[in-house]
Amino acid sequence: MEFYDWLLFLHVFSAFALVSALVVFWFVAVAARSVNRPVESLRYFRVAKPANVLVVIGTMGTLVFGLWLAIDADAYQVWDGWVLIALALWLVAAGTGQRGGQTYAKAAKLAARLDGEGRGDQPSEELRVRLQDRRAMWLNVISSLAVVLILIDMIYKPGA
Amino acid sequence: MSLVASIRPDDWNFPLLVHVVGAALLVGGLVTAVIALLLGWNRESAWYSRLGFRALVFIALPAWFVMRIGAEWIYSKEGFSGEDEPGWLGIGYLTADLGGILLLLSIILTGLGVRQLGRGGRETSVLARIGSVIAVLVLLAYVVAVWAMSGKPD
Repeated sequence: MEFYDWLLFLHVFSAFALVSALVVFWFVAVAARSVNRPVESLRYFRVAKPANVLVVIGTMGTLVFGLWLAIDADAYQVWDGWVLIALALWLVAAGTGQRGGQTYAKAAKLAARLDGEGRGDQPSEELRVRLQDRRAMWLNVISSLAVVLILIDMIYKPGA
Repeated sequence: MSLVASIRPDDWNFPLLVHVVGAALLVGGLVTAVIALLLGWNRESAWYSRLGFRALVFIALPAWFVMRIGAEWIYSKEGFSGEDEPGWLGIGYLTADLGGILLLLSIILTGLGVRQLGRGGRETSVLARIGSVIAVLVLLAYVVAVWAMSGKPD
């Protein structure tokens, strides 16, 4: 394997880490949609926690190794149209994903606080509202769609 | 090799997209299941094992079929014959098919473990634990497959 092939592997591996994190988040979000008890929501947040590491590896890895690939390979340039499209979509995915995630991070803190106060088994309307926040859900939908579009862009490479 | 792959004919793109989307969802489903199943080793085994089992059944298994159908589709377009197949293709086939069998085994064992735990009276299930170890092995095998498919070693 040449250096380019290793870069490509690390780029693809990062993309898989990013998609894996999104799958974990969506699975947890769908499964926990009707949860209102802190103790139950904390179980879901424990599952989502490792995905926070994956999302960092995925977003940073795809960007760093993607740019490195574009610089390393003679066939591609960073200013190629499909690379610029991917960069724009990456910004959308990262920005909306981070904003959407903040709501769930606040919900996790709230659940931990309520559980710490001995109210883990009591239904919480505030927690339910945060877990079903429509704005956060739409931000995550946009983020996930942007990732899907990046994947399509990477395979079809329009203009290349 | 990768640059050659990057200038593939346009009509190969959609089968490749199907294959890659299936593979990414498969790995995502396995990651979800492995996290839940391993959490179940230390606490609330019944709840976490059930969640992990559902991730295997509802995400990983359907995604395996999407990945495998995409793989066969692109293979038919690339026109390899049995003799000139590159090494990375063999790794891909081996991990995909053996991984599929192991995935099925993991689902069966985890499902039986969830059933045992659901009956009550048990803190842990050996079957669910064996199922989670197999799920970890399948996940590692697919990381090797990602390396083989993207790096394309000879």
